Amino acid sequence: MAAKKYDAGVKEYRSTYWEPEYSIKESDVLAVFKVIPQPGVSREEAAAAVAAESSTGTWTTVWTDLLTDLDYYKGRAYAIEDVPGSDDAFYAFIAYPMDLFEEGSVVNVFTSIVGNVFGFKAVRSLRLEDVRFPLWFVMTCFGPPHGIQVERDKLDKYGRPLLGCTIKPKLGLSAKNYGRAVYEVLRGGLDFSKDDENVNSQPFMRWRDRFDFCQEAIDKAEAETGERKGHYMNVTAPTMEEVYKRAEYAKEIGTPIIMSDYLTLGWAAHNSLSKWCRDNGMLLHVHRAMHAVMDRNPNHGINFRVLTKLLRLLGGDHLHSGTVVGKLEGDREATLGWIDIMRDRYIKEDRSRGIFFDQDWGGMPGVFPVASGGIHVWHMPALVSIFGNDSVLQFGGGTLGHPWGNAAGAAANRVALEACVQARNEGREIEKEGKDILLNAAKHSPELKIAMETWKEIKFEFDTVDKLDTQHR
Amino acid sequence: MSVQDYTSRLSDPASRKMGTFSYLPEMDDAQIRKQVEWIVKHGWNPAIEHTEPEYAMSNFWYMWKLPMFGETDVDAILAELKACHEANPDNHVRLIGYNNFSQSQGANMVVYRGTPV
Repeated sequence: MAAKKYDAGVKEYRSTYWEPEYSIKESDVLAVFKVIPQPGVSREEAAAAVAAESSTGTWTTVWTDLLTDLDYYKGRAYAIEDVPGSDDAFYAFIAYPMDLFEEGSVVNVFTSIVGNVFGFKAVRSLRLEDVRFPLWFVMTCFGPPHGIQVERDKLDKYGRPLLGCTIKPKLGLSAKNYGRAVYEVLRGGLDFSKDDENVNSQPFMRWRDRFDFCQEAIDKAEAETGERKGHYMNVTAPTMEEVYKRAEYAKEIGTPIIMSDYLTLGWAAHNSLSKWCRDNGMLLHVHRAMHAVMDRNPNHGINFRVLTKLLRLLGGDHLHSGTVVGKLEGDREATLGWIDIMRDRYIKEDRSRGIFFDQDWGGMPGVFPVASGGIHVWHMPALVSIFGNDSVLQFGGGTLGHPWGNAAGAAANRVALEACVQARNEGREIEKEGKDILLNAAKHSPELKIAMETWKEIKFEFDTVDKLDTQHR
Repeated sequence: MSVQDYTSRLSDPASRKMGTFSYLPEMDDAQIRKQVEWIVKHGWNPAIEHTEPEYAMSNFWYMWKLPMFGETDVDAILAELKACHEANPDNHVRLIGYNNFSQSQGANMVVYRGTPV
């Protein structure tokens, strides 16, 4: 093959980075972007520009291009598809060769594929919809510190979703009053209570005081109920030295689970914390504060299913997923898609759930999806049906807002949960028969009866605000 | 209804719970049968364990014989549960469905509650 001559100047991206005949390799990282190009820019040129700017390209030819095999290292746009229901947007499928990325570095992959290109002038807006991580990359990442099965064994909880509750008000309680709230929900029958995402170490409640009082609450509730309990002690802090200091102290006092806000803490920091958790036998709950900055706009940003994959690679034992039914309503099908991505070993392409690629997780453990926010006992049948056993259902106001207090609120939720699981196992259709199941359970639980009177019955149907791209919008 | 006290007490052994379904009334025979059917339907391996209630927090309860690998006869499983209960009337007796694919327990529930101590 004759060597190329250097030809300075600006070339169309499509001449180098658009390859519709390319056949993808198993080792490629694949990405699909939703692209709205600037007026006058063709789809092929816009797709090629995204491929170029997220891999090897720059705006003009440079002589040093000829010192390497750019055909090997470049990303390629290999397919274009219409976006259902949109005249402006299209999907661009891009393949990146394995050598572009550092093994085990989620940070590096994202710095490449979403690093500069989102501000690129040729596109009006850009959204990363899905990424296929090849098995070689998955297995060089760290993954969840423990995973679903190990957590069940450590906490001795089987055959049902786990139950939690975020302590409210999220800011302003003293450590001792906060510990009181934790004790009450745990003795009432919850498995976990939780620090809120922004509870760190404020002047009204420093972290060490909170950890001490919450641990006393856990210990007493365990002795009283004979069941294992935890409080997600949020170790998110301004520096990694401080994160490790708080995590070490949590371990020293014998707590089973700590917590991180993975997006605000930073991905490298979170990855380090996750490694620490595996080394130290500590479960890790992960909150997604800040996600909506990236995932809410349907035309620009990063879809949450990608942030889900990212967290499974970085490591975490729980991740908030949205509830479908609560105050933060999400698309049911899209949510089912990303809770599969958190838990399953192999996920098939399924456009009806917004999943664009097959994803093989190899031996990497799964993550518990966490449904949290604006849910109460009446939502229980739908939640058990949507999320299944391998999930954590968290009722904040739906526990603490009970007229008789936290313990009664917790007991109401636990009775409702167990009644739904029992009915499901008996072969009943719990979403349809939800009211009947709960009313029957309330005959033996005055706490549940009052909870059902306090919160309004909801309808067991799901007309969701559709966030998947469909013709019927 | 006026505010009620939550009566759980450290000093009262009856306050101890024992995992899934322990916040519901104890199951009757017909209800236990349906849970056994759920385990069989999934192809999980039924197993029976029991313990003195005061040691219920241990991970390792006493096995009642070996897990019933491949057993799909609901009546046979119910008969073993009864036999374990009759031989250990004061103990908690739990039914497990081992899921060997997920390497976990698909089901785990106390079906006969022991005498609180």
